[in-house]
Amino acid sequence: MNIVVCVKQVPDTATERKLRSDDKTLDRDAADGVVNELDEYAVEEALKLKEAHGGEVTVLTMGPGKATETIRKALAMGADKAVHLSDDALHGSDALSTSYAMAQTLKKIGFDLVILGSESTDARTGVLAAMLAERLGAAQLTLANKVDVEGSSISIQRLTDYGYDKVEATLPAVVSVVEKINEPRYPSFKGIMAAKKKPVETLSVGDASIDAAQVGLGAAWSEVVDFAAAPPRAAGTIVKDEGDGGVKAAEFLASKKFI
Amino acid sequence: MSEILVLVEQVDGEVKKVTLELLTLARSLGTPSAVWAGPGFGADAKAKLAEYGAEKIYVAGSADVVDHVVAPKAELLAQLVGSAAPAAVLVAATAEGKEVAGRLAVKTDSGVITDAVGVGEGFVADQSIFGGGVNVHSRVTKGTPIIAVRPNSTAPAPAPAAGAEEEVSVALSDAAKASKIVERVKQEKGARPELTEAAIVVSGGRGVGSAENFSIIEGLADVLGAAVGASRAATDAGWYPHQFQVGQTGKTVSPQLYIAAGISGAIQHRAGMQTAKTIVAINKDPEAPIFELADFGVVGDLHQIVPQLADEVSKRK
Repeated sequence: MNIVVCVKQVPDTATERKLRSDDKTLDRDAADGVVNELDEYAVEEALKLKEAHGGEVTVLTMGPGKATETIRKALAMGADKAVHLSDDALHGSDALSTSYAMAQTLKKIGFDLVILGSESTDARTGVLAAMLAERLGAAQLTLANKVDVEGSSISIQRLTDYGYDKVEATLPAVVSVVEKINEPRYPSFKGIMAAKKKPVETLSVGDASIDAAQVGLGAAWSEVVDFAAAPPRAAGTIVKDEGDGGVKAAEFLASKKFI
Repeated sequence: MSEILVLVEQVDGEVKKVTLELLTLARSLGTPSAVWAGPGFGADAKAKLAEYGAEKIYVAGSADVVDHVVAPKAELLAQLVGSAAPAAVLVAATAEGKEVAGRLAVKTDSGVITDAVGVGEGFVADQSIFGGGVNVHSRVTKGTPIIAVRPNSTAPAPAPAAGAEEEVSVALSDAAKASKIVERVKQEKGARPELTEAAIVVSGGRGVGSAENFSIIEGLADVLGAAVGASRAATDAGWYPHQFQVGQTGKTVSPQLYIAAGISGAIQHRAGMQTAKTIVAINKDPEAPIFELADFGVVGDLHQIVPQLADEVSKRK
């Protein structure tokens, strides 16, 4: 089975994240780049499926040069090789452009199964997997907290508001996984050393048959009109519990008409 | 006035509150038309949608529309975008709603905005990003604006309209039927409202101390008619089921009232609740960052304060 796992480098959520004042895109230099946390579950799931069913795991990332750090992490966990889609023309791509560029790349490199985290911690749109399924004409098996493959059949448990749906399809498919589907492994020292020798292919827009007019900030289907740091919330009333803290909280709720 | 499509969210034929919010919002932007996907459309739903301003109700009652993951709903909406040429499409910013929006955007070559907390003139959307640290105005610049709006962004208000029913048949592509829902498993969740939709959320964190002690949090939630949430520390410890986690990697909630008990308020948690209208915090550590967000805070032991608050709420009912 040819598994492609998509990973994204995102700014560390523990640091202050910013938009750039010039073009209103994410300021990737303002914060340390880390692997999108939910993608670690995707990598782990890909590795588990490979261990159970054989095949190969390819890491795919789209992003600037420094996103290679993210690729190395996934390779150190155990992925076999990587494709890095990297081109200045991609800067500022929105979800539609990104899904187009990724879909073109996936068509080029081939896949039976594409696995992603259910969303990124920076943009948090949660749309990429669905868009990829749409563009690739592959089965959409998203928000999975359990994945089973048997031959060319695949089934998942898709999380819903009321519990979950059991969903079945035939490969090829696009799967997104939710947090806690598994326990992502830590790269071993051996894994980290091995990762340095694993092949990483860098593709430009042209290499992946991507129409440059369909990607980047200029092609975006939406725009940031303006942005500002959220005003700090007005300082609230903080009281120390003197045995009547619950009563005081109730008085506050009553004053706001919640009770 | 131009037509605005609103995809209806429903459970067993009952219209969910978020749809009433979206209809209310749509009225400020144009003339709302509700879009019902799947079987179960009945007189109650029709009356409800009309009461909140749906001039038209498109009903695609075929089971096929809901027996496959997401794609049929996007095909239905794409068909209506083609035939009705609406000024915009609004969906609820639930995990599935956003996926529908994403596929629809690809199908109609239109821009999409997710997690709007408001939509104004010119379909300019308000978003709160980076864990609530930055407020953004954004808009779609190509195609039909497709906007996924967070629950609790608008207070639902009735304004009766015709609610004229129009049956829609949609011929699904093979690709839209590629993933088949073979079973729906409903897990017991009691009478509490859904976490992402609830007007009031009571959450517990590390300070709760154990799984058993979460009954304190549930007790307060129940007297308030609230949903129960939990911080990552609490779900990681196994004290409360993971699907109730509020935060960066869990659910995003935007309720009228959020009560955080025993939660320090790390960025991971704040990202999931910072757009709550009113925040109450209870924590024994006076330095906990949650107090910076709180409209009202009590420094003390939640095991004393929360039950007392629950009692007091019951008394005042």
